[in-house]
Amino acid sequence: MNLLRLTGEHLLIVVIAVTIAIAAGVPLGTFAHRRRGAGGVALRVTDAVQTIPSLAMFGFLIPLPFIGGIGMRPAIVALVLYSLLPIVRSTLVGLQRVDPHVREAATALGMTGRQLLWQVELPLATPAIVAGIRIAAVTAIGVATIAAAVGGGGLGTLIFRGVAMVDTRLILSGALPAALLALVADFALTLLERRLARRRGEA
Amino acid sequence: MSAVEYRDVSVTAPNGGVLLDRVSLTIARGERVAYLGRSGAGKTTALKLINGLVAPSSGTMLIDDAPLGEQDLVALRRGIGYVMQHPALFPHRTVFDNIATVPRLLGWDEARTRDAAAALLRQLELPVERFGTRHPRMLSGGEQQRVAIARAMIVAPRLLLCDEPFSALDPLIRTELQSLLIETARETTLVFVTHDVREALRIAGRIVVFDAGRVVADTASGALARHEHPLVRRFVASAG
Repeated sequence: MNLLRLTGEHLLIVVIAVTIAIAAGVPLGTFAHRRRGAGGVALRVTDAVQTIPSLAMFGFLIPLPFIGGIGMRPAIVALVLYSLLPIVRSTLVGLQRVDPHVREAATALGMTGRQLLWQVELPLATPAIVAGIRIAAVTAIGVATIAAAVGGGGLGTLIFRGVAMVDTRLILSGALPAALLALVADFALTLLERRLARRRGEA
Repeated sequence: MSAVEYRDVSVTAPNGGVLLDRVSLTIARGERVAYLGRSGAGKTTALKLINGLVAPSSGTMLIDDAPLGEQDLVALRRGIGYVMQHPALFPHRTVFDNIATVPRLLGWDEARTRDAAAALLRQLELPVERFGTRHPRMLSGGEQQRVAIARAMIVAPRLLLCDEPFSALDPLIRTELQSLLIETARETTLVFVTHDVREALRIAGRIVVFDAGRVVADTASGALARHEHPLVRRFVASAG
């Protein structure tokens, strides 16, 4: 019962965080594609965020107003920050990989920049974007175990309790479901990625 | 009335190289013109000036007697067909959806688009019942290029621009597609870039020879063999 609740909490944190990261990351990646200069800066910032150790990140968030503190909120904020990089980067790479001939054809046929983006570039970049979301989700499921350190809940609660009590079985009861979640997410999103690639005519 | 006019047009590359050097040229409505030249001669640049994919560094381009700079490029391009060596079909769209691209941009209703696509594909010997729902990756190179021609021709553009559309195809298919193109674009002003003198003679009534960014010959196809310019003579000799 307890395990079920904690797994649900864990999933909830991850889903909310990855959803926010998609909503911010895909536009950011698109922007980086359109404006090389500003885009480079955005990429370097998300890169830098990625290098902050997760435990330290949660620590940094505790004293911050609004986005920080204790509980689920700083946990979600931290996970969003970690999820951004793979999504921004894969969006950018997916857009850059669109065949320049196809782009030229679209322009020559009379598409506006916006039509080119929505009708050609983004559909063709979708499999790459989903690959980024997959990496973000799997990472987030792992990092979310640390969220328990700031009272974020989730399966990390069992792990931290197990560490404190030197109880391997308790640690495993948190770690195994977390690993399983990551595997399932990886599998499901890989499947989606392949199906999309096939539909987009790449595979 | 001229379809296309180059007035003293030069194009300079970002690295300072001259791609096109003070070209002046007029193409009348309904003419079929081949731009002939070796690679790097400036013929593709000259072609892309017409639909604004390349902008002149100096001089003026006129399309239907109106300066290109004063026209809405997006609207203009929807009325100009464009076929490249690389078919560049949209890989995520079916054959039909590829061909329907410009009609949809123009807001045609689906029935009209479907009829026009079916008629055109029949003419290109690519029956829509068999090919309409396929994706480009399931087609051969020649079939893809037919779809590219259909995509360019469906709205009956006033101008058709072709940039070596057949040079990647094997000789048999090339000849077949040349005939189909002539048939399909019978009423369209055609500008056709090629490095193959035989193809130029076959398709065009007038041949403009480019070398190092300049026009070195501009002649009726029938008179090409008598042209004096050494490069033209080499081209003619290569055709045997």
